[in-house]
Amino acid sequence: MKLAITDLSFGYNGKATIKDVFLEVERGEVVSLVGPNGAGKSTLIKCIDRILRPQRGTVLVDGKAASLMGSKDFSRMMGYVPQSTKEIFPYTVFDIVLMGRRPHIGWRVTGGDVKVVAKTLKFMGIEQFASRYFDELSGGEKQKIAMARAIVQEPEILLLDEPTSNLDIKHQLEVMRTVRLLVEKGGISAIMAMHDLNLASRFSDKIVMLKDGRVFEMGRPESVLIPENIEKVYGVRAEVIKDSTGRPYVMPIDSI
Amino acid sequence: MIDEIVGDDVEDDSIFELEESYIRSSWKKTLIVLALLAAVAVLAVAAITMGAASSFGTMEALGTILSKFLPVEEPSSFVQLIVLQLRLPRILMAIITGISLGVAGAVMQGVLRNPLVSPYTLGLSSGAACGAAIAIVLGVGVFGQGRYIIIVNAFIFSLLTMALVYGISRMRGTSVETLILAGVAMSYLFSAIISSLKYFSDNEALREVVFWLMGGLYATKWENVLLLAPIVLVLTLLLIRYSWDLNAMSAGEEVASSLGINVKRVRIICLILASVLTASVIAFTGIIGFIGLVSPHICRLLMGSDHRYLIPASGLAGALVLLISDTACRTMVQPTEIPVGILTSFIGVPFFLYLLVKRKRRWWQ
Repeated sequence: MKLAITDLSFGYNGKATIKDVFLEVERGEVVSLVGPNGAGKSTLIKCIDRILRPQRGTVLVDGKAASLMGSKDFSRMMGYVPQSTKEIFPYTVFDIVLMGRRPHIGWRVTGGDVKVVAKTLKFMGIEQFASRYFDELSGGEKQKIAMARAIVQEPEILLLDEPTSNLDIKHQLEVMRTVRLLVEKGGISAIMAMHDLNLASRFSDKIVMLKDGRVFEMGRPESVLIPENIEKVYGVRAEVIKDSTGRPYVMPIDSI
Repeated sequence: MIDEIVGDDVEDDSIFELEESYIRSSWKKTLIVLALLAAVAVLAVAAITMGAASSFGTMEALGTILSKFLPVEEPSSFVQLIVLQLRLPRILMAIITGISLGVAGAVMQGVLRNPLVSPYTLGLSSGAACGAAIAIVLGVGVFGQGRYIIIVNAFIFSLLTMALVYGISRMRGTSVETLILAGVAMSYLFSAIISSLKYFSDNEALREVVFWLMGGLYATKWENVLLLAPIVLVLTLLLIRYSWDLNAMSAGEEVASSLGINVKRVRIICLILASVLTASVIAFTGIIGFIGLVSPHICRLLMGSDHRYLIPASGLAGALVLLISDTACRTMVQPTEIPVGILTSFIGVPFFLYLLVKRKRRWWQ
């Protein structure tokens, strides 16, 4: 499924947080949104998922305007993984992942729904927590549960808001590898807001660099992650070397 | 999608086990709901046999009820009066009231994602109390006459409070925190109004206001039961229909919205339904605190938070607590009565604290 964003703007209280954003995402692509705090990464993700209503511009999914779709149809197409999840009340992990089936079920949970959830728990390697309560688990496990909930939604496009920002390096890698696997084997697309430039570099097909709500530069990691861009967007002097896979690796030196 | 990734044919034991264990836990929750239902039924029958006038055997009490429908021998008119006109409507009222408070509490806590919410904290109860006090002390009501002034006034004030609280929170973008704080603030305002009304009222009116504030089922008539039963039944069923939305909303507005739920719409609909549910009952019974707050918590400790099971369980747990309390009220200090609000707290609080301490889980933090 192809996503095309044209001329998208959104602001709170008259102050624009994203401005005139143009962006295209092809099926099977992993796209990372990077940029300093306040550049509009999360806001853009939320505008795409209709959590926020942009004041201007359109989001087209396979040529159809997202704003005109029914909420149920739309939710079968886009899955959203928030930056962090907090449950106030006690739910088991299975219950939480099952909520992702909401767009597909009426009232009764069918055997099919249960099976999808069970398989996804297994796929994410969290099946041993199925009947544990959510708040007993660690940050990395919680993130995997939130991802599992979005996966059972069976979306065409997966949106992730800083999926690795609260995780240790092992969980960071596991989460990113899962995103890659979903995109490659499941034939979907993923759009992620990312803080870590090197994780973004290693796991993305395309990087979109945002500055003050506008797209500053976009393209393949090696063309976007260059010292000049990092200096202009982040105000940081950096060296960029190539890692063993040939991807750019950013080493920040000093802020200017 | 998941089939394309892990493959259709992955049907190993661990997946089968996961499915089995979910189905088992669903059955367990269903059983808890059924057990609560059975407990309410058994206690209701037991309660018919107990009372200040005299105690009957179970068979005699049941026979009296059956004699209304079946051609069996009718018992004496004294027994008929006690069972059919005094005890039965009151017992049914306790069940109806308990269900409505338990259901409304579970829904309000779920929809506002806050474990401290109840009809009390949102200002509904104090709004009703204020309306009732105005009718009792000043004798003015929105409409109706006689005893009905109090009921209608309590009902309308209660709903007006909810509308006002919601309106105030909308000015600040409908955040849940403002809604709760506005509710708490309104409660204080109404308490002040009630206090001044009490201060300026004469003895008889003061006594009546105090009684109303303590809540009770002693004034129940058949017509009240027949009016409230369908309202409570319909509203409860409507609210249960929103179970999935409430489940999804507990993960936060953003996740719920990405699961295709119109969060604002579901929130306002559920709040309106739950408010009407509470308001229509407390207009008749006066303030019965504690049940709306605690019976959802008791049920969450027993079975988790899936609203498909939680809403009915919380309603039945409310009915159970109120039925036990009210029966104790009628029978403990014969021939007088203890106000039921006192007993719900005396019975419910220790049980709740026991669960709170025994279970190590601390999800309310």
